[in-house]
Amino acid sequence: MKKIVAFSLAIMLFALSAVSAFGYYSEAEGYSTEVEDFDYYQKFQGQGIEIDVYNWGEYVANDSVNFLDVNEDFEALTGIKVNYTLFSSNEELYTKLRSGGTNYDVIVPSDYMIGKMIGEGMLQKLDFNNIPNYKYIDEKYKNANFDPNNEYSVPMYWGVVGIIYNTTMVDEEDLSGWDILWNEKYADNMLMFSNSRDAFALALLDLGYSFNTTDETELEEAAGHLRAQKPLVQAYVMDEIYDKMEGGEAAVAPYYNGDAVLMMDVNEDLDFYVPENTSIFIDSMCIPAGARNKEAAEMYINYMCESTVAAANSYYVGYSTPHSGAFELLDEELQENEIAYPDDELISSLEALLTLPQETSSYTDKLWTDIMATGGDSVVFQAIFLVAVAVVYFVIKVIDKRIKKKRMSYY
Amino acid sequence: MKILSKFYVGIIYAFLYLPIAVLIVFSFNDAKSRTVFTDFTFKWYEKLFTNDIILGAFANTLFVALVAGIGAVVLGTFAAIGINAMNKKLQSLLLNVTYLPMINPDIITGVSLMLLFVFIRMELGFTSLILAHITFNVPIVIFNVLPKLRQLDKNVYNAALDLGCNPSQAFRKVILPEIMPGIAAGFLLSITYSFDDFAVSFFTSAADSQTLSVVIYSMVRMKVSPEINALSTIMFVVVLFILLLVNIYNARKNPAKNELQKGEG
Repeated sequence: MKKIVAFSLAIMLFALSAVSAFGYYSEAEGYSTEVEDFDYYQKFQGQGIEIDVYNWGEYVANDSVNFLDVNEDFEALTGIKVNYTLFSSNEELYTKLRSGGTNYDVIVPSDYMIGKMIGEGMLQKLDFNNIPNYKYIDEKYKNANFDPNNEYSVPMYWGVVGIIYNTTMVDEEDLSGWDILWNEKYADNMLMFSNSRDAFALALLDLGYSFNTTDETELEEAAGHLRAQKPLVQAYVMDEIYDKMEGGEAAVAPYYNGDAVLMMDVNEDLDFYVPENTSIFIDSMCIPAGARNKEAAEMYINYMCESTVAAANSYYVGYSTPHSGAFELLDEELQENEIAYPDDELISSLEALLTLPQETSSYTDKLWTDIMATGGDSVVFQAIFLVAVAVVYFVIKVIDKRIKKKRMSYY
Repeated sequence: MKILSKFYVGIIYAFLYLPIAVLIVFSFNDAKSRTVFTDFTFKWYEKLFTNDIILGAFANTLFVALVAGIGAVVLGTFAAIGINAMNKKLQSLLLNVTYLPMINPDIITGVSLMLLFVFIRMELGFTSLILAHITFNVPIVIFNVLPKLRQLDKNVYNAALDLGCNPSQAFRKVILPEIMPGIAAGFLLSITYSFDDFAVSFFTSAADSQTLSVVIYSMVRMKVSPEINALSTIMFVVVLFILLLVNIYNARKNPAKNELQKGEG
């Protein structure tokens, strides 16, 4: 009996390791996308090559039932095995790459992180001859300020920051620029970014400054502006914004257009407004310096720039695509959706957030910590905390006494 | 007083089980929302079973937990036997050293292991991940096996030798069966800890070896997919089922003991 158990355990372990570690395809079969140049993708067929891809969670189409499972499809098409792993923030990606011990072939950082990584020599220049589908990327999204000659990155998604609001709670006349986020009418009904970079960017925009400023007086003014806003804010959030806005718990919040489209699907009362002076974000595919299979990585990037693949990704994720071929494949309704695709003039005028110099970013962080630490709520919390400590102390004392009594009674 | 105590127990269990209930309910929600329940559906379960990323991560987690559990049991059991045979002073010193990794925050364990792997130029992957998991699992096994060893009469081993066992036979036929409950408990706890772990796995895994917890965390920006609710529901039901089976089995096996307990209570 025991032997059977041990044997079946061994089989199970082997099966598991086989599932997770091996298994690449030897011939192109079972793939389903239309590709521009089939022969291009056959180069590494049957060589057992693997690439390591590090991307955001839920950031490529991964639903073979309704859309397409892009990684599986790529494996079937090219015979290259994709080790697909996920991160949740640019900083996480940066830490993982910086600490060493792992190599990746394709990564998808955002604008400011791309700028930072280029500056630190962490990215390789791409060979655009291996990425013929780059021609489909709309000119509007090329040569952005973080990669001015577009040598390192191929845009994958983009979006703009705007204001998502509940039409039943917000008077649309209040929507001009970013002022609504400082409007006392919406006190306690307002959400705000919980990270310092995005929060300061909004305050700077409302004051008419550049969000990439390094001027300390401007930053201090922005800090004052944020401090003035604090009593009005119901909560500082990131993705909890979905729950709060969908559930009608808050009236107004700054967030990205792609997310707004998703939220509006759930709650029809929601709408989105894009102030003229806002920022664009562009998440792009890059190849880090330590990549082992640069050419296969470029093949992956090229595959992601196939029109059908980019369209499937954009549908699945909900973010806007910079790919002109994919855009043509979208529903007409979505193409004309001004929230997902605001007019060209606006987009061309927008800049992305850049990485600030070390002194500026630590100065901003210090100001932000100060803002978060002061304010009305914390007094109440301190009082509650003190009471809690007192109660715990009292309880422990009582229990201690009882235990001592019990012990005494043993002797 | 009795109502009050019932009320108290009720609140405690509500705290424990309400989050799980919410999770289960929203695994059947048609919309992706976590607040608005629109329609009843099984579609997240369907999607889960075609989602290679989540299933792959789940397989990785299971694999790492099992291998690390076995590794930790082997190392931990022998360590416990060794510690048990030492003199008092050395024993208490070693026990304190064993405690240290357990009270250390996971993130410190994770970062320091990662630094170690990078320092010895070992590439991160399944090997590093499993070694890391064994590292934090070994103390758990030691602390589960050691009490069993202490309960054991020291003369039993000598008696076995006297009756013709060689030391290895004495260990396998006498000691091992006696401390088996401790080993089993250590193994199961190890698996649980491995499953739970995020911080250590995050720092020591690489492209081919991300575990479920790391994958779930990565979904934060785009909102965690309800497929995770579906997977968690299935895991909860399976564990519940196993617990029920074990309890029924125990109740059948020891009816007399249970009767006795009932009589006492």
